[in-house]
Amino acid sequence: MVHLIVELSKYALIILFSVYTYECFAVFRNISERKQEKKFKRQARILYVIHFTAYLVIFAVTEDAYTFIFYLAQIILLVVVRNVYKLCYPTASRLLVNNMCMLMIIGFIILTRLNFGHAIKQFAIAAVSCVISLVIPVMIRRMGFFRNLTWIYAAIGIVELGIVCIAGSTSYGAKISFTIAGITVQPSEFIKILFVFFVAAMYHKSTEFRQVIITTLIAALHVLILVLSRDLGGALIFFVAYMAMLYVATRKPLYFAGGLLAGSVAAVIAYKLFNHVRVRVVAWKTPLKVIDKEGYQICQSLFAIGTGSFFGLGLYQGMPNKIPVVEQDFIFAAISEELGGMFALCLILVCVSCFLMFLNIAMQLKDSFYKLVALGLGTIYGFQVFLTIGGVTKFIPSTGVTLPLVSYGGSSMLSTLIIFGIIQGLYILREDEGVSHNEKGEYKSAKKKAKSGFETEVRDLS
Amino acid sequence: MITYLFLAIFICLMGYMVYFQTVKSEDFINSPYNSRQDTFADRVVRGKIMSADGKVLAETVVDAAGNETRKYPYGNMYAHVVGFSTNGKSGIESNMNFNLLRSHSFVLERMFNEIKDEKSMGDNVVTTLDSTLQEAAYQALGNYDGAVVVMEPSTGKVLAMVSKPDFDPNTIAADWDSIISEDNNNSVLLNRATQGLYPPGSTFKIITTLEYIRENPDYENYSYSCNGSITENDFTIHCYNNAVHGTQDLKQSFANSCNSSYANIGLSLDTDSLSDLCSDLMFDKTLPGNFETSKSQFKLTDESPESMKMQTAIGQGETLVTPLHMLLITSAIANDGILMKPYVVDHTENENGIEVKKYEPAASKQLLSEKEAKTMQEFMAGVVADGTASKLNGQSYTAYGKTGSAEFNNNKGESHSWFVGYAHREDKEDIAVVVIAEGAGAGSTVAVPAAKQVFDAYYR
Repeated sequence: MVHLIVELSKYALIILFSVYTYECFAVFRNISERKQEKKFKRQARILYVIHFTAYLVIFAVTEDAYTFIFYLAQIILLVVVRNVYKLCYPTASRLLVNNMCMLMIIGFIILTRLNFGHAIKQFAIAAVSCVISLVIPVMIRRMGFFRNLTWIYAAIGIVELGIVCIAGSTSYGAKISFTIAGITVQPSEFIKILFVFFVAAMYHKSTEFRQVIITTLIAALHVLILVLSRDLGGALIFFVAYMAMLYVATRKPLYFAGGLLAGSVAAVIAYKLFNHVRVRVVAWKTPLKVIDKEGYQICQSLFAIGTGSFFGLGLYQGMPNKIPVVEQDFIFAAISEELGGMFALCLILVCVSCFLMFLNIAMQLKDSFYKLVALGLGTIYGFQVFLTIGGVTKFIPSTGVTLPLVSYGGSSMLSTLIIFGIIQGLYILREDEGVSHNEKGEYKSAKKKAKSGFETEVRDLS
Repeated sequence: MITYLFLAIFICLMGYMVYFQTVKSEDFINSPYNSRQDTFADRVVRGKIMSADGKVLAETVVDAAGNETRKYPYGNMYAHVVGFSTNGKSGIESNMNFNLLRSHSFVLERMFNEIKDEKSMGDNVVTTLDSTLQEAAYQALGNYDGAVVVMEPSTGKVLAMVSKPDFDPNTIAADWDSIISEDNNNSVLLNRATQGLYPPGSTFKIITTLEYIRENPDYENYSYSCNGSITENDFTIHCYNNAVHGTQDLKQSFANSCNSSYANIGLSLDTDSLSDLCSDLMFDKTLPGNFETSKSQFKLTDESPESMKMQTAIGQGETLVTPLHMLLITSAIANDGILMKPYVVDHTENENGIEVKKYEPAASKQLLSEKEAKTMQEFMAGVVADGTASKLNGQSYTAYGKTGSAEFNNNKGESHSWFVGYAHREDKEDIAVVVIAEGAGAGSTVAVPAAKQVFDAYYR
């Protein structure tokens, strides 16, 4: 009987999540506000049903009363976060709030299944992080001086990264964290936000050649320290975010091409110079041949994803714990194994819809500082999602980064919620701009259809 | 622009995931390292393994109390190729483990079973094995240790695969301790057809000949006067039983398997070029197909002494091959140079016989040019027409082949009996056969008659 619940639930979860994902893109369509409102409400209802279904299965399989209490605690967090946003920020993006909750819920579900203790810890961190991120939109609105702290961002960033590089503790071959009073912090998760602020502040001031050179040098220093710390994923994220910001700030394709060339050269040098880079490439190319050593992790991940197939094995029916670091870097494989490839594809689409939202906000902001901040953070988010999912599925060599909001890890959770908070702040700012200047006509002319067939332009939702 | 760039890479990523799930994932799911497979056994009764002509080779019988027993109706006959599924897994039982434990019964039936808490029936695996040929091959090898493999050169279908000594998969659990005990040096679990490494003996002359033809376009003018032995730097090689062959051209040397002539050829060959040829012919490489194979070895280098060059040319020395490897080279010759990937599973089907997945023939690579293949075909016909395999002459089919007597113990002069070849008759597909009988003496005395039994069974 329990098995029947598991079997039926896995199809139910896929159908529900597919509808949710469809709505993520359907709200971009040119429909009336009332209809949009209805769609967001429906998304919210689906969110609660998915949450309930998954925990019903968890409870049925484990028969652990604590999972039920844990479920109630999550419901409270969900209701509080959603209502605080509704009351304090009525003009905030409902889509982003929904997606943020959905991603966190998926994280809680799969973590509960993988390691109940860690799931509770993750929940506690998420609750604190949500409170922090709730005040951020206010800060964005009230404090205009963020754009003037240029060099402070760079100084904090480089010093922090330098300290970690020299004195940090090593995990999975990379020096990325240190521990204070029993709490392990991964500074690069936060410094990437400061980095975006730094670059945005620099290019807000000027985009002359001299300024570009100085900014590029500082950016390169960030990347170099990360490479020396062996945090390749981090280095790549900083690099790509910088390239995107440089291009949008200057609009000069030559810079973009030059940057790509420099990046490629650097990648080749890194390949020749560092053994751990070569190891990952070997594991990516022929994982089954090196399954006993370098390829073990990626093979376990592919076993999980492949055996799960499109419809998944059902919660608790697979062996996701066989994958090393499954709770962090390889959580996507666990989701794909037990909840199914279809579910995993929908998860990618939800992340994509967040990313599109970020970039559309960036495109519509008038102020170049805010525009660059939104763009930089959006790129960081999008590229991180790509790196982790691409690595887990062997689309690209694995770089060891987390899936934002879903993976286990406090630093990642807090920094991502801060990013979402900043973006919400910018969105509200833009909404207010929009209302006062009545620029609706301009939005319409800028509307374009993306290749995916979905309209990606975000309209005035207020 | 950045939005579109990212959208594009995400679409690629999702496309790749769909591609992985539909195409690539098989390789990973079926890996014996994937421990997820066995959890399926809780929900599914392991499917049957069948021969191409519908005989059951392995099935799971469930008694009234729900106990499952894996039965192998033919006992030892298919031991290595079908394999076993207790005490670890081997053969098709291992390679197709995941497919056997998947159920593609009708959805409603599976749901019904789910509610009743009963197991569904797993998919059946239908092999390319032909029960007539398997039985013929099994009988043909008789009491000798060794291997017989039969394959269709035009498709790569393996029609029979026998390895001896063998074991009874029905009682493997009970026999396990004695099989793996240190006193037991028969290595019955080793599939000699794919993993046994033997000196190729005169069957290697196929490769020596191919190299000579490549280096000497005027090979038809080759001539050697055989007086029963050849000596170079105090090292002497004798023809089999010290036979004196007299004046021999290349085709006659091949047909009569004249060691002296081939040692003479060996001294003239460019070692690097021969080594490259062997590499192209998959020496020191993993063979195509899903079998658990050993890598054949070819070790001759420029620095090797002349005596080693002479020995290598006649298939002695340090060269080692698997029977399957020799069969693949022969199949490529029969198929005008193109090697088909060997495979033993034709398709899987659900319990009601509805096909789930079909495995199609696939070309592996061009091993030699069509012209070279035609020349080798002519040479191999000569071996049957008036050479060491003349016992295959005058049948309803035309046979082609090469015999071998591979010495494995210099002191006693004992040798393995080899035959590789194929047969042709208009009304049927060609088949290629390799036979090795350990310690049985000359190829012509044991291996050729064994191959004949297989050909006769096929063309009967």
